[in-house]
Amino acid sequence: MSAVVFDNVSFAYEGVPALSAVNLRIDDGDFVSVIGPNGGGKTTLLKLILGLLQPQQGTIRVLERTPAQARSQVGYVPQFFQFDTSFPVRVLDVVLMGRLHRIPFAGRYRADDRKAAESALRDVELAGLASSPFAALSGGQRQRVLIARAMVSEPRLLLLDEPTANIDPAVQNELFRLLDELSRRLTIMMVTHDIGFVSSAIRRVVCVNRTVVVHPTSELTGGAIADLYRSDVRMVRHDHRCAEHGHEVRHG
Amino acid sequence: MVEFFHAVAHHGFLQYALLAGLLSSIACGIAGTYVVTRRISYIAGGISHCVLAGMGAARYCETVHGWTWFSPLYGATASALAAALIIGMVSLKAKQREDTVIGALWAIGMAVGVLFIARTPGYNEDLMAYLFGNILMVSGNDLLLILALDVLIVAAGAIWYDQFQAVCFDEEYARLRGVPVELFYLLLLGLVALTVVLLVTVVGIVLVIAMLTLPAAIAGHFARTLRGMMALATLLCALFTVLGLSLSYAPNLPAGATIIVVAGMAYLATAGLCAPGIRAWFAARFRGK
Repeated sequence: MSAVVFDNVSFAYEGVPALSAVNLRIDDGDFVSVIGPNGGGKTTLLKLILGLLQPQQGTIRVLERTPAQARSQVGYVPQFFQFDTSFPVRVLDVVLMGRLHRIPFAGRYRADDRKAAESALRDVELAGLASSPFAALSGGQRQRVLIARAMVSEPRLLLLDEPTANIDPAVQNELFRLLDELSRRLTIMMVTHDIGFVSSAIRRVVCVNRTVVVHPTSELTGGAIADLYRSDVRMVRHDHRCAEHGHEVRHG
Repeated sequence: MVEFFHAVAHHGFLQYALLAGLLSSIACGIAGTYVVTRRISYIAGGISHCVLAGMGAARYCETVHGWTWFSPLYGATASALAAALIIGMVSLKAKQREDTVIGALWAIGMAVGVLFIARTPGYNEDLMAYLFGNILMVSGNDLLLILALDVLIVAAGAIWYDQFQAVCFDEEYARLRGVPVELFYLLLLGLVALTVVLLVTVVGIVLVIAMLTLPAAIAGHFARTLRGMMALATLLCALFTVLGLSLSYAPNLPAGATIIVVAGMAYLATAGLCAPGIRAWFAARFRGK
């Protein structure tokens, strides 16, 4: 079964192409990292999967349904610095927003929503901060809260947009440990700006720059990265595991 | 000020004024919190100025056509809701030129109101009352309408608290979780429109925007939740209204303008005290002693 399938998908912002003729298949249970230069179309790719953007050409299937139909089973972690830091909201209230699809049009969160939100906060080791203001948290803590908010909707697919941006390396490693653990339960697609942080649990890397090329992590070479970024990039060595899927590379 | 509180006990019109001010403080705290956190004060300004068209039209129909039931406050309610709907649709659909369109509607609303008032026979002191408020002229009927609008606003704020919070904090995420965010945005503007009507009786069209933003902005420095911000903004709004009314009474100053000056000074004082540099200075001084 496939979590995400792109079939010849093209998208342009008012005539400026962002993605052209993209073919992509992410298997259920996969843990992939999406990398590529700024403006290469990484965020566009995520927004297409979420159904926030409609492709001008081609079809997208998410969890074997249309993106809009699949939404309730997709968790999304946006970049945290897009938030207004003076907004008065507590950590638990932010996590509860992951349960919005369960409350009726004229209704409030219920006791079981609160229980689920508290348990999600425990999972990201922030149970003690439930009633702290969201704005008072550090960058790494906010990112964990947003992951808890995504997980509280019990998703089958988790999308993260640069979860490690502006977070110091020690905290990044903690975050990856959390994601490694989550990847045993669900499919994860993570946009990372910095290829150095491709975690050892990641099985495949989706390289996005107008087109999309998928590499198993074992295949990722300096040449492929340099092609993508069109400049020399310092490689960071990982202890790669071999991808069990073998090659599913479509060179554009 | 003491003189004012003596007078309240003897004059019905002062009791009405005080009641109108306190009742509208509740709506002011709720809607003002949304205006400040969702950053829609320009939209709120547009809605409040469009209210003049409705008030002018109602006054015209009342005097020229003898529609005695059509009081300016009803006209204000109708035009505020219409303006909220139009401006809301514009801001949802036409992203690029939103501020231009709102500015145009703002001016057109004022102009239509002025034309109606010019064509209405009799004294033109109405215009000043609409623009700068005349809380001392609040009638029993007005008070009933204010009470009804207050109930509506509190009910909407309570029923949709979670949804409004989500839409104001992270609209994209709310949409992904299946919340009809456009509908909630329009509902929120409707809430603001009704509050504008309440506040017009207290401080007038031109000064409404100050009452919608200043108490909530002060409350925002201290509140940890939207609920807390609303409660504190309501208290502050009530405090400014009572203080302004009582200060203006003896020297016979315009009540609306006095209320706004009190609110504005409180805002400047809080903003100053909460500025990072001054906070650090205080902290250093107290540590030194």
